[in-house]
Amino acid sequence: MVIEARDLTKDFGSKRAVDGLTFDVRPGIVTGFLGPNGAGKSTTMRLVLGLDRPSRGTVTVNGKPYPQHAAPLHEVGALLEARSVHTGRSARNHLRALAATHRIGKKRVEELIDLVGLHDVANKRAGSFSLGMGQRLGIATALLGDPATVMLDEPVNGLDPEGIQWIRTVLRGLAAEGRTVFVSSHLMSEMSVTADHLIVIGRGRLIADTSVSDFVAGASKKLVHVRSPKDNALRDVLAGLGGSVSDNGDGVLEVAGLTAAEIGDAAAANGIALHELTPQQASLEEAFMDLTRDELEFGHAEAPA
Amino acid sequence: MTVAAIPRLEGRSRVTFFGILRSEWIKLWSVRSTRWSLLIALVLTIGLPLLVSAIIASHWSEHSHNNFNPLDPVLVGPGLAQLPIGVLGVLVITAEYSTGMIRASLTAVPKRLPVLWAKAIVFAAVTFVLMLPAILIAFFASQAILSAHISYSLGHPGVIRVVFGGMLYLAVLGALCVGLGAIVRNTAGSIVLFAAIFFVVPPLMNVLPQNWNNAISQYLPENAGTSLMNLTHSSHSLTPWPGFAVFVGYTLVALAVAAVVLKRRDA
Repeated sequence: MVIEARDLTKDFGSKRAVDGLTFDVRPGIVTGFLGPNGAGKSTTMRLVLGLDRPSRGTVTVNGKPYPQHAAPLHEVGALLEARSVHTGRSARNHLRALAATHRIGKKRVEELIDLVGLHDVANKRAGSFSLGMGQRLGIATALLGDPATVMLDEPVNGLDPEGIQWIRTVLRGLAAEGRTVFVSSHLMSEMSVTADHLIVIGRGRLIADTSVSDFVAGASKKLVHVRSPKDNALRDVLAGLGGSVSDNGDGVLEVAGLTAAEIGDAAAANGIALHELTPQQASLEEAFMDLTRDELEFGHAEAPA
Repeated sequence: MTVAAIPRLEGRSRVTFFGILRSEWIKLWSVRSTRWSLLIALVLTIGLPLLVSAIIASHWSEHSHNNFNPLDPVLVGPGLAQLPIGVLGVLVITAEYSTGMIRASLTAVPKRLPVLWAKAIVFAAVTFVLMLPAILIAFFASQAILSAHISYSLGHPGVIRVVFGGMLYLAVLGALCVGLGAIVRNTAGSIVLFAAIFFVVPPLMNVLPQNWNNAISQYLPENAGTSLMNLTHSSHSLTPWPGFAVFVGYTLVALAVAAVVLKRRDA
């Protein structure tokens, strides 16, 4: 395991932002860190980097606390959600200044400027950058030390579709190279595209630590839509097998508690024709909402951060 | 959009103190406020002594020459250059907090304290090296302007100490203000604190009873530090080097407090 959090807890005054988190982040895959806004994702990432001190518990990177590494930028490359760039400094000088701490040369800085596509604006003040350009600079900063672990907080925030596509490709590429990729989002749909594994938190507490496919399967409602000319007869048959059947009004029966195969077999055995037999999967967003409904800090009135 | 593979970094990297010094050097020179503040400090250090010397020379007959210190015009420069140097010293660290850069800096150097030391060292060294020619230019120019009336040179007792003292004082002041900035973290608050210590409190001392004022004032940071630039010694000021040592002491205390809070507080 590369990142190991054990009972990680952080209080800000009387408010508990992170509450007894225990999880591992593995190399070679993209681990999504999912939770509503205000769930404690950013604070957890700051704890990993030693920017905040835990009130209780520990978090280690590659076996020891991040600050104890001789070459921290070689261990973790991070993009924090809050901007971490002096607005008056050019992108090139920003990267050169951070590179200098690790004796990383100018050649590396130029490689990364080219990689993230900031070549034309590298000498402009970072304060003049759009959100998307700022994110690209943040990614370049994160990759400066060729880190074994890449940790990105809401990387697609503010990016245009092209930029989002670009981030996804970068994340996949980094994981394929064997690196540890830990990326947060409040959007389940984004995680379903990029992540292999999910760590879900709400109000600072761990809700789920599971693969993306298990998460969806476990949380979905497993409904089957059935249409039949003999729907009344079918209703009785399915109820007899223990399914719960409701009519959604369009002549479609919503069946819960039975699989599509069981329904099809039962219909055939009773000589009932089926015109439709469709397993319904709860959307990822619905699954996520179900899971975190009780954990939402401010309910639905909350504005996105 | 296709992405090239992330290029690998050749060679092993690691954090070194020299690397952090270099990082702070790059940071210092890559923002506009540095160039402006230091330019203002240079103009004040060179320009004001010329102006003051010229005025004194042109009104020489009206001037009272009892106890005239020929270095006074030269020292007007460092006296005012304190302001831009102090403000820039504060900004070196508070600008990192206001922009969020501090998070990137402390992620690269999570042990934190080397960043503080490097900032103080780099800024003090830059101030010293820049002020060195400035004060010498001011000295020689003032000497030339006043040469018809009064003769003095670097060879006179104490003159070398006074001239180099101006640079030393400003360099240590820079380090002190880096410490103040690290303690307060907020730009406006730090500048107010700096201005209070150096410009507001010293004249306020005059409201105290005379014997209190005499006893206390000499230990204020500015008075202790500038005693290095006194050519003649008055009974109510510290002697040059002990006075400067007191000033260095204040600076070390400020940096020590800054180190403690930098280490303990969340970034």
